[in-house]
Amino acid sequence: MLLRHTPKEITDRKILTINPAKTCQPIGAMYAALGIHNCLPHSHGSQGCCAYHRSTLTRHYKEPVMAATSSFTEGASVFGGQANLVQAIDNIFTIYEPDVIAVHTTCLSETIGDDIPQIARKAEADGKIPPGKYVIHVNTPSYVGTHVTGFAGMTKAMVDYFAESAGKKINQINIIPGYVEPSDMEEIRRIAEVMGVRTVLFPDTSGVLNRPQTGKYDMFPPGGVTVEALKSTGNSQATIALGQLASGPAARALDSKCKVPCEILDLPIGLKATDRFVDTLRRTAGTDVPDTINIERGRLLDIITDMHQYFYGKKVALAGDPDQLIALTEFLVSIDMWPIHIVSGTVDKDFQARIKEITQYVPHPVNVGIPGDLFLLHQWIKNEPVDLLVGNTYMKYISRDEDIPLVRFGFPVLDRIGHGYFPTVGYRGGMRLLEKILDVLLDRQDRDAKEESFELVM
Amino acid sequence: MKAVKEEPNALGIETVDPDEVKQTLLAKVPTKVARKRAKQIVINKTGEDPEVPEIGANTRTIPGIITQRGCTYAGCKGVILGPTRDIVNITHGPIGCGFYSWLTRRNQTRPAGPDDYNFMTYCFSTDMQESDIVFGGEKKLRTAIQEAYDLFKPKAISIFSTCPVGLIGDDVHSVAREMKEKLGINVFAFSCEGYKGVSQSAGHHIANNGIFTHVVGLDDAVKGGKYRINLLGEYNIGGDAFEIDRILEDCGITVVSTFSGNSSYDEFANAHTADLNTIMCHRSINYVAEMMETKFGIPWIKINFLGAKACAKSLRKIARYFEDAELIERVEEVIARELPEVEKVAEEVSRRCEGKRAMLFVGGSRAHHYQELFAEIGMKTICAGYEFAHRDDYEGRKVLPFLKVDADSRNIEELEVHADPERYRPRKTAEDMERLQSEGFRFKDYDGMMPEMMKNTLVIDDISQHETEKLLEIYKPDVFCAGIKEKFAVQKSGIPMKQLHSYDSGGPYAGFRGAVNFYREIDRMVNSKVWKYIKAPWQESPELTARYACD
Repeated sequence: MLLRHTPKEITDRKILTINPAKTCQPIGAMYAALGIHNCLPHSHGSQGCCAYHRSTLTRHYKEPVMAATSSFTEGASVFGGQANLVQAIDNIFTIYEPDVIAVHTTCLSETIGDDIPQIARKAEADGKIPPGKYVIHVNTPSYVGTHVTGFAGMTKAMVDYFAESAGKKINQINIIPGYVEPSDMEEIRRIAEVMGVRTVLFPDTSGVLNRPQTGKYDMFPPGGVTVEALKSTGNSQATIALGQLASGPAARALDSKCKVPCEILDLPIGLKATDRFVDTLRRTAGTDVPDTINIERGRLLDIITDMHQYFYGKKVALAGDPDQLIALTEFLVSIDMWPIHIVSGTVDKDFQARIKEITQYVPHPVNVGIPGDLFLLHQWIKNEPVDLLVGNTYMKYISRDEDIPLVRFGFPVLDRIGHGYFPTVGYRGGMRLLEKILDVLLDRQDRDAKEESFELVM
Repeated sequence: MKAVKEEPNALGIETVDPDEVKQTLLAKVPTKVARKRAKQIVINKTGEDPEVPEIGANTRTIPGIITQRGCTYAGCKGVILGPTRDIVNITHGPIGCGFYSWLTRRNQTRPAGPDDYNFMTYCFSTDMQESDIVFGGEKKLRTAIQEAYDLFKPKAISIFSTCPVGLIGDDVHSVAREMKEKLGINVFAFSCEGYKGVSQSAGHHIANNGIFTHVVGLDDAVKGGKYRINLLGEYNIGGDAFEIDRILEDCGITVVSTFSGNSSYDEFANAHTADLNTIMCHRSINYVAEMMETKFGIPWIKINFLGAKACAKSLRKIARYFEDAELIERVEEVIARELPEVEKVAEEVSRRCEGKRAMLFVGGSRAHHYQELFAEIGMKTICAGYEFAHRDDYEGRKVLPFLKVDADSRNIEELEVHADPERYRPRKTAEDMERLQSEGFRFKDYDGMMPEMMKNTLVIDDISQHETEKLLEIYKPDVFCAGIKEKFAVQKSGIPMKQLHSYDSGGPYAGFRGAVNFYREIDRMVNSKVWKYIKAPWQESPELTARYACD
């Protein structure tokens, strides 16, 4: 057994986190910053933070993930990191020539109290920031929040630094896609395009973290939201933010800074949440929903109709981030699956209530662990087994020990591909999720069936 | 001392002037940075002087340069202590550091039985929050240790400090002492805050000190085996240590402990009973070998099991040390049995790989060791460098007396070690040691990477992303070796990239069978069909031959 020391009996644990269902803020900030065109994320702290974040993102996407670091030494930790950051800014603009350096802090630079805007002003005064180039920042101490809030923070920084209101609205809608995959961002943009809605999507990691093999490496690929587009978000008609936790802060900042009204929706994962997204987009932009979308919706519905018997009453354990878990739980409940153990390391004040509301008619007690970890989830599973696990790659250890099939979903997925290319949002994403769920459930049924009940047609 | 091999034009890079390359690498960077980098970019040639040139190494990373390097915590927790399966390793800090070092290094481990400890699949963290930064995290750490003890009853718990811990002044060592007393098990801490030192190398040193102070020497029982060695600096990535163990066992050599692939706490505790320390990765582990020699009288030698020839040479060197005819004969038998199959594959693979060119920028010894494997299939190393090594790993230990101790190195404690009054036991008499040395046997020596590299090769310490891209552009190597962060940018350039930290889920590459795996892997990579598909047919020949049918 790989997790041989996890006991079935659950004892009180106040401090020790075991097998976390979260990681720290800076990696989320780095991921978001990669969604700006011609931008180099910069980690202000020890170089290990940057190395760890780049490694984890690289393993997840199997793509180049470039970012720089202030490389603090003990001296910088004592005297402050100003000299390091000013030098880094000079080196980055000289050598790599991005349009934007997106600085995020770390527990180290936050503990010593480095003031990034002040350091950026110093760099500017020293002539280290070429004209027309930008240094933006977000405070992401690792001892506050999680990777999700780090993402939210950097997304909000895009508004804080760039959004401008010229007083005259232009015919476009902002969409903040949330902490989702490049494929999801692409799909959200496609849905809007199909509906004839002009949008600014930010951040946008599609074309950055799902790049084609061309035989030519460009540090700054064609993808990402441009600074110009970010500036224009202040003049958009409205903002649709997907995911309360990851996108809410940027949407609200845009509202208060530039008076762009916002609607904050769940991530469009599954039938009902996608319905709400499409309907909101339709109403906000004043367009019709074209047949393309209706056909996609109908197909998703068709799979649910045809394969309902395999979903019905199956118990599921989930771990991940609140925005994803809310939408996913709703999707599973909508197809009559029973999500009974749900864990996130990220605290979201409304999470517990939302999950309770969504699962109120599930005919089984539902455990919600927030903040919780995978150790707790595993213990719950030992006490009340499930038919399916949904979560990141670390869940494969539970999957193997307990012999329960796993659908990989969330961050990080280190051992399978696809998430960069194939979305799980929208109706088509819903179809893919169902395909993945059915694949593992039916494979399991095939594996475990007695010879006489081994089915050809399922 | 060996001079640089004089093989003009043997690199297939004769059209490239290394001086010019160096200037190209430095051309775009700010002047001050260029001055610093110039010392770390060295052309391996010496002219009249038979010695290799001096290289700048183990110096501060330049902020913003896009380095490969990681931090002290990564070197301590991730590299040295991570592979030990039965210690509960608690990361004291915010969640990230523990999370990122959770199972990501592919150190394989094999507990003896289903009931034996194995905590490697677990991540333990105190998950510090803002209030801990303000009010201190010692209380939290104490509770975390207690909770870990209550849940798992391990034989040892260790604590790893992350950046904020040092800054807020948590005394992890006193908490460890207190909990050790309270729980009656070994509890020890590492002050391995990420900002210490200039790379993960500082973390190796801190880990060596900690494991030597708190664990080595706790168990004096001399267990079985006639030829008893420790294998130091072998981390069992992809099962390397398993293959080395297989070979050593065949030779009748007993591995008392491995630092730290597939290791256990009890092995560390017993390590001082071995009769020889053999060092694979000189950079990460030489400290503990030095300290064991001083305190317990165990000599150390440098060995290398990467490359079939190097492997055979290392086995012979161990046998020679023991000066036992039976062992020498047994080693020869094993080599004679293993080598032909390896050579057969090498020959077959060489037909497709001969003359191809490799670049290696990785680690603190791998960039050197893997050159052996490439050479065995006829491939040439045209540029190489380490990520976190020191000058001795490049130029050889002869430079040790001349190394400058800078502020960053001074921060890392040098333990004062003395001969143990009861347990110091010279493994060989002074006369025997001297005789062996006069016969050419070399104790505690390492020539480093540069003397074994050819003339006009470029040696670059702590290479940057910019320099990497320039090298790829200029030389267009057939394979590039580094780590995960570099991997996909290289491959996007159309050049196969082999990870030599994690092996891309492959391995083992050590030992005889490992060599075969590596030859085949490199053959697969450099001869892969995929590189021929990059251009679509219409990009290859874009001319139109007919008009659209409906036009």
